[in-house]
Amino acid sequence: MARIGVFICHCGENISATVDVQKVAAAASRIPGVAHSVEYKYMCSDPGQQMIQNAIREKNLTGVVVAACSPRMHEPTFRRACAEAGLNPFLCEMANIREHCSWVHEKSDATTDKAIDIVRTLVAKVKKNKALMPIKVPVTKTALVLGGGIAGIQASLDIANSGHKVILVEKEPSIGGHMSQLSETFPTLDCSQCILTPRMVEVAQHPNITLYSYAELESLDGFIGNFKARIRKKARSLDEKLCTGCGLCIQKCPTRKIASEFDAGLGTRPAIYVPFPQAVPNKPVIDREHCTYYLKGKCRLCEKICPTQAIRFDQADEIVQVDIGAVVLATGFDIKHSDFFPEYGYGRYRDVIDGLQFERLASASGPTLGEMRRPSDGKVPETVVFVACAGSRDPAKGIEYCSKICCMYTAKHAMLYKHKVHHGRPYVFYMDIRAGGKMYEEFVRRAMEEDGVQYIRGRVSRIYERGGKLVVKGVDTLLGARPMEIEADLVVLATAGVANAGAEELAQKVHVSYDANSFYSEAHPKLRPVETNTAGIFLAGACQAPKDIPEAVAQASGAASKVAALFSQSELTREPLIAVVDRQAPPLYSTCVGCFLCQSTCPYQAIEKEEIRGRDGQLIKTVAKVNPGLCQGCGTCVALCRSKSIDIQGFSHEQVYAEVLALLDRGESDA
Amino acid sequence: MPDFNPKIVAFVCNWCTYAGADLTGTSRMKYSPQVSIIRFPCTGRIDFMLLLKAFANGADGIIVSGCHPNDCHYSSGNFHARRRWIIFRGLLDFLGIDVRRVQFSWVSAAEGAKWAQLVNDTAENIRQLGPFSGFHKLRGSGVE
Repeated sequence: MARIGVFICHCGENISATVDVQKVAAAASRIPGVAHSVEYKYMCSDPGQQMIQNAIREKNLTGVVVAACSPRMHEPTFRRACAEAGLNPFLCEMANIREHCSWVHEKSDATTDKAIDIVRTLVAKVKKNKALMPIKVPVTKTALVLGGGIAGIQASLDIANSGHKVILVEKEPSIGGHMSQLSETFPTLDCSQCILTPRMVEVAQHPNITLYSYAELESLDGFIGNFKARIRKKARSLDEKLCTGCGLCIQKCPTRKIASEFDAGLGTRPAIYVPFPQAVPNKPVIDREHCTYYLKGKCRLCEKICPTQAIRFDQADEIVQVDIGAVVLATGFDIKHSDFFPEYGYGRYRDVIDGLQFERLASASGPTLGEMRRPSDGKVPETVVFVACAGSRDPAKGIEYCSKICCMYTAKHAMLYKHKVHHGRPYVFYMDIRAGGKMYEEFVRRAMEEDGVQYIRGRVSRIYERGGKLVVKGVDTLLGARPMEIEADLVVLATAGVANAGAEELAQKVHVSYDANSFYSEAHPKLRPVETNTAGIFLAGACQAPKDIPEAVAQASGAASKVAALFSQSELTREPLIAVVDRQAPPLYSTCVGCFLCQSTCPYQAIEKEEIRGRDGQLIKTVAKVNPGLCQGCGTCVALCRSKSIDIQGFSHEQVYAEVLALLDRGESDA
Repeated sequence: MPDFNPKIVAFVCNWCTYAGADLTGTSRMKYSPQVSIIRFPCTGRIDFMLLLKAFANGADGIIVSGCHPNDCHYSSGNFHARRRWIIFRGLLDFLGIDVRRVQFSWVSAAEGAKWAQLVNDTAENIRQLGPFSGFHKLRGSGVE
């Protein structure tokens, strides 16, 4: 038999001014199952809590209803008080008679009646409450960072420096990402490699970081604190332990005319290569698509020449399995490529290039060794047109968002060009200049005023070739929409920043959501910008949205601090307000019929299949099972289940039906 | 029917509308006392059979309210609720219950004023519609 205690708070006068609290207490004492009903001025005060605790002990209460403020305010307070008196905290409920009653209604009988209704509803609920134990899950204190660009590097270093193990996985042969391709960075014009490569070396040498380059995530299972990842180490065709990185093989390889990915297609590399000289790790890879041995079955020159016999032509991909507690996604971005702009002749004219290609042209380590020479004939371009918003903010092209970094890097490009070709004429076509950021607006001003870059507000309609020049047809909207033509030697398109080609596939592998543009979705756009909706998986850098280096680094440090906070405890404690699937004794085992509608609806992939087998190992039935580490307790599955086999603790069928019936039962006989 | 005081049950989610109704209280906005709230973790948790149970037990009107689309604390629960509501409307029609007796709405945690308005409007609408007595004979007969 239930023995419920009802404690009605005056909240000073906040409640008692409009609600007749004595009447509520008297009415509550008449509700079946209520063993104790009192009112007091401040229930949340020490004497108030003491009152509850004494009643629990003296009257041996099986449940407590505190009729006071919102549970969002004081539920933890009263649950803690109950727990201290030896009552399971989940047997305490709050009846909100302040925010939902005394504060929103005038003093009247109707208001007091409503307060009584609310108390009766919660008494009915608490009678059906069950004692629950908090869920504890262990934490594996190793983080998996996917992506070795600047965001992944920063996140790895921060986590490693907080004393935890990190596994960094990079799909390319070297870490460094897009930042390693940049010549100089805005707004300081720091040499990008000069600030990045020391960080790369730190990653390689850090005792807490295990680096898997030329590797990809194969699968991820499990839940926060307890993930299992399988990593595919792609065959380098090389024994990494033996290779010293001497580079002899790279010098002697006869297949040398392969377009270099690192140089954005402007330079060449051999079939056995490292992407760039400062690569980390500095161990080459054989590109099996172009290597003569894999194509024609002979050559093996690198094998003959290698002083440590490190070449392994028969090496196969290797799968590594690791246990991890958290994941940081730092997989970065890409830019739109040629087929996107037929009207600009990008991909057709060799001198129409994208921003990354210009970075390589301007870079001292690039194909021209930093000399400003155009790709087609190697001449120094006298007139260069930069086209901002090439694809971005263009609903007709399907990209409605602003790529954010292009205004700044276009100003930087124009500036770098002018610094290298003093007599050159740089023009920039732009829609708006978005230079929000520390020293950013000043930087763009400098490009205009000190370096004499001509900014033209208008868009480019077409680019075509005429007499060895590229004719850029555009419009100057600040001069009365005057159509204009510029004969250029080189055109640089600031093409839109987009999600990586494999972004969606990876999101599905790790169960995080992505937006309409395939950028990964954060848990809350304002307040949880580095978390995903999947507990234990965090975001860093441009995989979430286009962003510049300082923003990517800041977000990476944010993600790392979330991981460090998670790893600061050896066990995670969670409220047990989660879904559970019915389990019974044989021969029924469970009312679940195994339709798995719940599995398709769960936003957290918390529903698993469990096979129930007899003693002989024979399969009896397959039923649903909720993973308590993943379930967040939304209850969508509960409302959906056709056989009512799944229920949610704290908001169970029994509880909510009892609430509805009690709320409507005023003891009237009008039926 | 001037002295008719409808009984209205509000099924709301914990994260948006419950907090929104809390805000109505902290801002001391007044509304009609005929509405009482039952808290759910999410509108996606709401089994619409509960609405029928409420009608069968004397409710004259019902409010279902949660987070705005795309603001769900659990990312998609409110979309499930919306889909269920669209199907449920057909069932209400079939059962002979005026669809206007169920008010489906989105009230965010910042919309205290909207909650007060929603409650007052619904109470007024239900007052216009009069008491719901369609299921009263079922009560206690075990059929419901």
